[in-house]
Amino acid sequence: MTRALWVLAVLLSHWRRHPMQLATLLVGLISATALWSGVQALNQQARASYDRAAATFGGARSATLVGRDGATFPQQLFVDLRRAGWPVSPMLEGRVTIGGRSIRLLGIEPITLPAETTATPEIGRAGVQAFLMPPGQTLLAPETLAELALPEGATPEIAGAGTLPPLRMQRQLVPGVLIVDIGVAQRLLHLPNRISRLAIGKTGGARPPLKAVAGDQLRLVEPEAETDLQRLTDSFHLNLTAFGLLSFLVGLFIVNSAIGLAFEQRRPMLRTLRACGVSSRMLNSVLLLELVSIALVAGLIGLVCGYLIAASLLPDVAASLRGLYGADIPGQLQLKPQWWLAGLAISVFGAVAAATASLVKAARLPLLVAAQPYAWQQAQHRWLRWQGAAALLVFASAVGFLGFGDSLTAGFAVLAALLLGAALALPVILGGVLALGERLTRRPLTTWFWADSRLQLSGLSLALMALLLALAVNVGVGTMVESFSRTFTGWLNGRLASEIYLNAASDAQAGEIKAWLAHRPEVTAVLQSGRADVQIAGLPVELLGFADHDTYRDQWPLLDSSAGAWDRVKTGNAALISEQLSRRLKLSLGDRIQVPLTSGPWSLDVVGIYADYGNPKGQLGVVVDALFQRFPYIPRTRFGLRVMATAVPQLMTDIQQRFGLDGRNLADQATVKAESLRIFNRTFAVTAALNAFTLGVAGVALLTSLLTLSNSRLPQLAPLWAIGITRRRLAAIELLKTMSVALITSLLALPLGLSVAWCLIAVVNVKAFGWRLPFTVFPLQLLQLLGVAMLAALLASLLPIIKLLRMQPARLVKIFADER
Amino acid sequence: MNDKTLVTRRSFASGIALLGLGGPRAWAQGFAGLGRDAEGFATVVPGKALSFPADHGPHPDYRIEWWYLTANLTDANGAAYGVQWTLFRQAMAAGPQADGWANPQIWMGHAAVTSAAVHRSSETFARGGVGQAGATAQPFRAWIDSWEMRGPDSMSNTSIAPLTLTASGAEFNYALRLDTDRPLVLQGDAGYSKKSERGQASYYYSQPWFKAAGSLTIGDRTIDVSGQAWMDREYSSQPLASDQTGWDWFSLHLSSGEKLMLFRLRQLSGTHYFSGNWITPDGRSEQIGSAAIDMTPTASTDVAGRKLPTSWRITIPSRGLAIDTTPLNPMSWMATSFAYWEGPITLRGSHSGVGYLEMTGY
Repeated sequence: MTRALWVLAVLLSHWRRHPMQLATLLVGLISATALWSGVQALNQQARASYDRAAATFGGARSATLVGRDGATFPQQLFVDLRRAGWPVSPMLEGRVTIGGRSIRLLGIEPITLPAETTATPEIGRAGVQAFLMPPGQTLLAPETLAELALPEGATPEIAGAGTLPPLRMQRQLVPGVLIVDIGVAQRLLHLPNRISRLAIGKTGGARPPLKAVAGDQLRLVEPEAETDLQRLTDSFHLNLTAFGLLSFLVGLFIVNSAIGLAFEQRRPMLRTLRACGVSSRMLNSVLLLELVSIALVAGLIGLVCGYLIAASLLPDVAASLRGLYGADIPGQLQLKPQWWLAGLAISVFGAVAAATASLVKAARLPLLVAAQPYAWQQAQHRWLRWQGAAALLVFASAVGFLGFGDSLTAGFAVLAALLLGAALALPVILGGVLALGERLTRRPLTTWFWADSRLQLSGLSLALMALLLALAVNVGVGTMVESFSRTFTGWLNGRLASEIYLNAASDAQAGEIKAWLAHRPEVTAVLQSGRADVQIAGLPVELLGFADHDTYRDQWPLLDSSAGAWDRVKTGNAALISEQLSRRLKLSLGDRIQVPLTSGPWSLDVVGIYADYGNPKGQLGVVVDALFQRFPYIPRTRFGLRVMATAVPQLMTDIQQRFGLDGRNLADQATVKAESLRIFNRTFAVTAALNAFTLGVAGVALLTSLLTLSNSRLPQLAPLWAIGITRRRLAAIELLKTMSVALITSLLALPLGLSVAWCLIAVVNVKAFGWRLPFTVFPLQLLQLLGVAMLAALLASLLPIIKLLRMQPARLVKIFADER
Repeated sequence: MNDKTLVTRRSFASGIALLGLGGPRAWAQGFAGLGRDAEGFATVVPGKALSFPADHGPHPDYRIEWWYLTANLTDANGAAYGVQWTLFRQAMAAGPQADGWANPQIWMGHAAVTSAAVHRSSETFARGGVGQAGATAQPFRAWIDSWEMRGPDSMSNTSIAPLTLTASGAEFNYALRLDTDRPLVLQGDAGYSKKSERGQASYYYSQPWFKAAGSLTIGDRTIDVSGQAWMDREYSSQPLASDQTGWDWFSLHLSSGEKLMLFRLRQLSGTHYFSGNWITPDGRSEQIGSAAIDMTPTASTDVAGRKLPTSWRITIPSRGLAIDTTPLNPMSWMATSFAYWEGPITLRGSHSGVGYLEMTGY
């Protein structure tokens, strides 16, 4: 044992002499662990909140019965089913508007509610009597209470339906939903004796078949292991995970080169230790022990950093998820103990994986044989051939995935195969380019330059692969975000055609405002709009009612439309449909869509398809009068005003003063646009941040690789110096070599990145969000990235170059003498 | 004393308290709210004449109420079985009985079957006003979910017969026909049943003369059974005093033809309140005073982590009664939201026979 400690002390003394090296090793491990665990923490947080949402009151976690066509159904069916022995509990869901804000309302029946469907059993015990008996209670999450800016006990007015029961905060509840007794919900939603679904409990005896009780009015929805939210947000989490994994791998590249360097430098020390009688087994055990200890320390620091990364990204992630999918994630990061354990495990695993090559070398270290120059090139040649073949195979599989797969997973598989294939192919291609250069030159020094660059490849290739991947992903994501940004801005300009948007506090006030506006000559049109929420084929769908006005005909950009689309929409029998909805329901022009209503389905012809970026729900555009006719209770408080541009500020001020509308309910076009763009930008903030991290880590990987190489390659440089090439010249050659391989890599990264972008836009986005964007290449952006990459390579090679410049000639002599 | 010890006999109020209707303060008072002042509810007073069929239906003016049936049955081989069916009603508030979800009534059903080897029980809850549970006097119906006690249009109001009875739970169900031509029996003093020396009382009548026949299923085995059944109807607003912690209740079919109802309300003071009615074969119901009854546990069983006196010696010297009771299945534990013991018993001694025992508050 004491001996092991001594060996450990000797091994550790190396790090004391090379603190920079230790720092690189730690940086590699820490950044790998931090990014990976940070992303895991974000995913974990989001998933936990989906679970919470799903488990609340008969979500997807328990079997439910829903109306055959998705519409509400009579309460009598609930009674009939109970009387037939079905342990069902009724629920009614809808949306209500509080102070201009639309919010989900869920009516439950706590007496029959199956215990297993209640994520928050405390609600059951917190006083059912108070919940049931007048005035009742409205249960809501603290986040929702804060959002409504109301105190507990308040009884907010629902537009057109009276007041809610007093608000009561429930910590365990998911945000974004108000829970009331089903009787209250029926009153507030104007749906007396109607139910939207029945949760099925697990208990109970024999029950007759559903058909025997309810005919074909109801449909059984089995509990799902995966919730709708999870399915919808999968792409987002896959995206995050992919970035996390990429960063982790790039971090491991750093660890690999740092450990490789340490091994090279400690080779004499290891030999001496063995010569002093330390057994190979003991030496290797202690080496492993050293590595695991370092990995644990780095893992702990990495976890703390990961926590900080996750905490700082969480608001953006939450904003993205809310914006894209309507998923509510609490802003406070909560981590399970497993997360910490998994983080440490991944750190140790990564360190051991990255050090395998060095450990194996150390284990096979010949005791008495002096260090030999490696037969690098032959080994490399054989290896490269294998790698080239593997790359071809992976590329072929990418094509396969593209051809066969129609899913999101297939999309990501294509991406992964593309990146992996390119990484594998990189050394082969670089080798080819350098060999070509070598063949084209005559002068000895230039020939040596090319040949030595090739020799360097095996040591640098991991770092270069990291650079390639980081760059390609940057190009891909950058192109996608930029494409999206342009499309989105153009689309926003078309969609936001009114100069002023306002939302009155009540229908009565809306009437007053309209009457008042009639006397304002600068107002050329008042465009009434309305919204209703329905479910079609199990999907939440928004019905958007718009006024029949030239504004829309002229400005609303349609992706595709039938002849006379606008005139047909005007009749109330036809609708425009959002791209997402058309993809999800596989509807195209000329198809018919049935909107379930209490009074029977509303049949609409699809006459146009429009882009509706960033909307988690599907949308149907119908003429507003037809909407109000079918949904008499929805608020009529929203409208847009067409006003002469110069009159906008004055009119806004007048409306504000006269009707007391604040910024939330009155906004001009520019504000709405800015707000939309802000939300949009936030959506990609996470991607951008992770992108930057990855590129940074790739830079560090390059630096450590070069440091390693510069040490192990001194024997190759010493003879050159000996034949009279100055250190300055040698340094210049070294710099040139690094920069040229980095340049070749970066140039290769551009087409790869564009393929990644295409894959993201044409495959992943369509599957994940339901939109397809036009694919645009942005040359300036590419040049900029190329510059950044070259700068990173320059910075990374500077340190070894300076070391070379400052190297004492005596040292070069010594190396020359020792190694030859 | 913890919450679990505070069980009422027909433990409806307790079940509701578990749902949160009573709340911890009610517990502290004793009987899950039953000991509180019956504000706004009608009170039970002596001398009121019960009238049928009206009293077969619900009494929403009173806080609580139940329809209770127990049956001692045997199969073709003479093996004994027991069946329990109970529907409870409790009002969350006094006042108008609104239709729909605004109705303040909560209903609870308990059902069980017992054999020497097996005891299965089930419970269910419902709100009034929508049709999931309820009761009507004419035609007579009492139901919750698929469980139903039902009289045909031709049902006699004075005997509440014939009836059909159904219930099903996990791994059991039963369907019985109940019939008799004997009139109902008023418990206590002409239907006024005192529950303490301080005036707590209920209206209480029974039909102990039922002949029962039908079938029951335990697991996947269906058995034809027949025997005797006993129905209790009781309603009140405040049947128990705040210091009463539980009760031991007997309904006995004596082979000599008499029926006997007995209960002991355990009080914190240690002096228990006894009462009972001796029902002669010709249908006369005579109240038995607290001092005339002696009930002593003779053996106990460990059930669900508690010790329950499942065997008793009962003596009523004035009636020449001295019997020992033993349970058909000592594990007749009602594992409902609010748990209690209820199961068939046999009796030996001066009289033989069968009956049902219910014990709460242990």
